[in-house]
Amino acid sequence: MIELIIPTIISCILAFFVVYFTIPPLIKILVKKNYTVKDVNKKENVMVARPGGISIILGIIVSEIVLYGFFQLNEILAIIITTTAAFAIGYVDDRKVMGGWFKPVTLAIAALPIIFLGAYNSDFTFPLFGDVQIPLLYLGLIIFMIPITGNTINSIDVLNGVASGFMVIASFTLSICLFILQNYEIAIVSLPLGFVSLAFYKYHKIPSKIFPGDSGALTFGAMYGVIAIIGGVEIIAAIALLPAVINSFLFLSSVKRVVEHRQIKGKPVEFTSDFKLKATTDKTAPVTLVRLILAGGPLTEKQVGFAIFKLTIFSGILAIITAFMMGVSL
Amino acid sequence: MKSGLYGFLFAMWSLIIIGGGIMVVLLGPFSIQQFGDFHWIISSGTKVSIALGLIIIWILVLSKLKNYIFKKELKF
Repeated sequence: MIELIIPTIISCILAFFVVYFTIPPLIKILVKKNYTVKDVNKKENVMVARPGGISIILGIIVSEIVLYGFFQLNEILAIIITTTAAFAIGYVDDRKVMGGWFKPVTLAIAALPIIFLGAYNSDFTFPLFGDVQIPLLYLGLIIFMIPITGNTINSIDVLNGVASGFMVIASFTLSICLFILQNYEIAIVSLPLGFVSLAFYKYHKIPSKIFPGDSGALTFGAMYGVIAIIGGVEIIAAIALLPAVINSFLFLSSVKRVVEHRQIKGKPVEFTSDFKLKATTDKTAPVTLVRLILAGGPLTEKQVGFAIFKLTIFSGILAIITAFMMGVSL
Repeated sequence: MKSGLYGFLFAMWSLIIIGGGIMVVLLGPFSIQQFGDFHWIISSGTKVSIALGLIIIWILVLSKLKNYIFKKELKF
């Protein structure tokens, strides 16, 4: 147990500070190259640097390489390769507008190293009921899991600080659950995701100085998905992610097809005269989590963000309860 | 509204736990032995079909639940 403490501390410090110190120069470079986008939720014409995914992937790679030096696990290689591939996919989408098929298909391909490295266990564990052997089905699950988690995090990246704040809560919840299940090595390997998200949140929180972009959101989502698979905590990971899952579910069940957000004409949210967010009555607009939160009345961007964080904490508690239930058999 | 969202979250969680239970009870003991070397492919294929069926039922139940919980709000 003691031998695990040093790699844990080193990797967490590196994950946090690599992101913390590389973002200010990255913002300068992005602004200089005119890689900025308008913050649509601000009254003034505010331009924000994008993408911050470059710092995020750097923090993840550095900390995971250090952990690989200590543990030499194929699971760590799977994290590095799949997450880097997801970053590259997101970066292409940041630079060039790709078709709706691009991200799901390429992210499915990015999941293949998990299979080739054998970094998974095809026993699918459920709380209270034990596990079930589904070798063939599990391969399909791996290929679907990475596009789903990647796009789910991407879809919640709608307001300042929400994607990174959401990841801080969800990823630390997942790490806590892995510790509860005594899967210590994977728990340690998962910690850098929480620290990278925390460092990024410092610059992403309202008012944002940088946006993660698709490269950042897909990096977060893909790493989260890989941890869920290699740690054998797919169900717990899905529960911790429920607010974002609800967002995607509401969106898909209202538009009834897989479509990029930019292709949707109707606006789910508009502004009041004092620049608060308000749900529209537009029937062609998709139903989203933010729109449902605003159904009770207009709120500021910050208030909506905190409402999402409270929901994430609630689902995090449910995930931790589920982790405890894993040890109980009916 | 917010209590509706928490209720929906809780309902999703319950459905995951119950759905998982049904999956283990149905798929756990399931095996086909009469196809020689190919029994595991047939067995896995059948398991995949049952699992997909369960997922479709899960989504349908969730859709009904969503319409019930957000009756007022979904009249956008």
